[in-house]
Amino acid sequence: MNGNGHENTHRAMERVARESYGRLVAYLSSHTRDVASAEDALSNALVAALKAWPRDGVPQNPEAWLLTAARRSFIDLVRHRQVAEASEPTLQLLREEREMTLAAEFPDDRLKLLFVCAHPAIDAGMHTPLMLQTVLGLDAARIAHAFLVSPSTMGQRLVRAKTKIRDGGIQFEVPQERELPQRLDAVLEAIYAAFGIGWDDMAGVDQSGRELAEEAIWLGRVLLQLMPREAEVHGLLALMLHCEARRAARRGPDGRYVPLSEQDCRQWSLPLIEEAERHLDEASSRGRTGRFQLEAAIQSVHAERARSGGIEWDAIMMFYEQLIRISPTLGTRIGYAAALAEAKGAEAGLAALNGIDPNEICAYQPYWAVRAHLLQRLGKTPEALDAFDRAIGLTEDLAVRRFLLQRRG
Amino acid sequence: MQFALLIYESPEAFVARKSDGTDSYTGAWRAYHKALVESGAYLAGEPLEVPETGTTIRLKEGKRRVQDGPFADTKEQLGGFVIMELPSLDAALDWAARCPASSTGAVEVRPLAPAAKHRVM
Repeated sequence: MNGNGHENTHRAMERVARESYGRLVAYLSSHTRDVASAEDALSNALVAALKAWPRDGVPQNPEAWLLTAARRSFIDLVRHRQVAEASEPTLQLLREEREMTLAAEFPDDRLKLLFVCAHPAIDAGMHTPLMLQTVLGLDAARIAHAFLVSPSTMGQRLVRAKTKIRDGGIQFEVPQERELPQRLDAVLEAIYAAFGIGWDDMAGVDQSGRELAEEAIWLGRVLLQLMPREAEVHGLLALMLHCEARRAARRGPDGRYVPLSEQDCRQWSLPLIEEAERHLDEASSRGRTGRFQLEAAIQSVHAERARSGGIEWDAIMMFYEQLIRISPTLGTRIGYAAALAEAKGAEAGLAALNGIDPNEICAYQPYWAVRAHLLQRLGKTPEALDAFDRAIGLTEDLAVRRFLLQRRG
Repeated sequence: MQFALLIYESPEAFVARKSDGTDSYTGAWRAYHKALVESGAYLAGEPLEVPETGTTIRLKEGKRRVQDGPFADTKEQLGGFVIMELPSLDAALDWAARCPASSTGAVEVRPLAPAAKHRVM
């Protein structure tokens, strides 16, 4: 086979792996709860495909091919483990399923898998890494990189979480109506954590997971496909798309950090903004407001500047007031203070900041960044310098640090 | 738990020390030190003189072998350390990531070893 053929095969493989990974892992693990074995089986199948496809050509239904190969490997893996009592029903199940036609359709169990990954019995810090690995097939090293831990530590944590899923009696199911809002929140939170941006409007920085923004949007789209009627799912996607639309404008040509209010709107992506707006409309037509819709609405007001040339701070302040009522996180309260300062003056913003418990903010960069700006605007120079130092010292991002150093003067 | 940040700096970072203190690297360090102290995590820390001032000694068959220069011949050199008290490795890694040297050099996080200390004291 020539080089081109190889390349095509590789591309076909990447595409199938990308689109089918989560579907296959979800399907293979949904009855057995054995996510780790399902992943191992799938990676064996991918290795087999790497050998077979360049030789025999890409099969007509690559996903079915992978499923057959993965299932065969899965049976071997489970048999190998020889946990007789646990594995006999599993094997029976697998034998039965093998009889089923593999032609095209198998159920999409990814929604169940997403709910398992964000199950309350799993450490909240592991919800996002689990999703990234089991639904998107990201390796532990890449996840570790984004979460600022060593690959071996992340690997161990993932193994521990999967063992808990297998042995802890966590069911592969979509939660009942009664529990759904809370459980869905955990799924949305985990996806948003992968996205990890929310502070570009106030010279703050929340670095964790920044490289995973595209993966998070992908997860958001998967979730929307599975739950098209949930307002908050639309809200989350709208929020992420609004932020993503500004990616190019966030840095100057020299790599300099550009705060939201100074970004060149012409660099924003209109198609993404329009898509975000469509989701926000769809969400509000469902008449159930929520945290992500409100955050998306705030971003939508900012996006309006591209058309009107101004920012309606009163509207932003109002959305923050609602947001604080349902989700009074530290980030929200600081966002509110910043909006208040724009709408009612720096004194008012500063008063809101002063109302926050000092223990909560001693290592929280956005608080100090906003505080520094407000003090500077009020001409309280020595206090502003002190706050700038705290913000600079808590900043990870080199470009943001330079920006703050410059503002500090 | 106590952690050490071992701060490896680039040659440019060592050069910046000779400045009048208004450069951005020094400014970033001043801010970082303040944020670290104010957070309550800081226990101790010292910068080291530039690597060229180091002298490394080994005894081979009872004889002193003296090497002019630092122990390791690498681009980034140990430039100082910070000792912190923090609840977890994750918190220590956060502080390492914020350290100005981590964007131009490298910062290693190591837990202190109190058990090894007790054995000799």
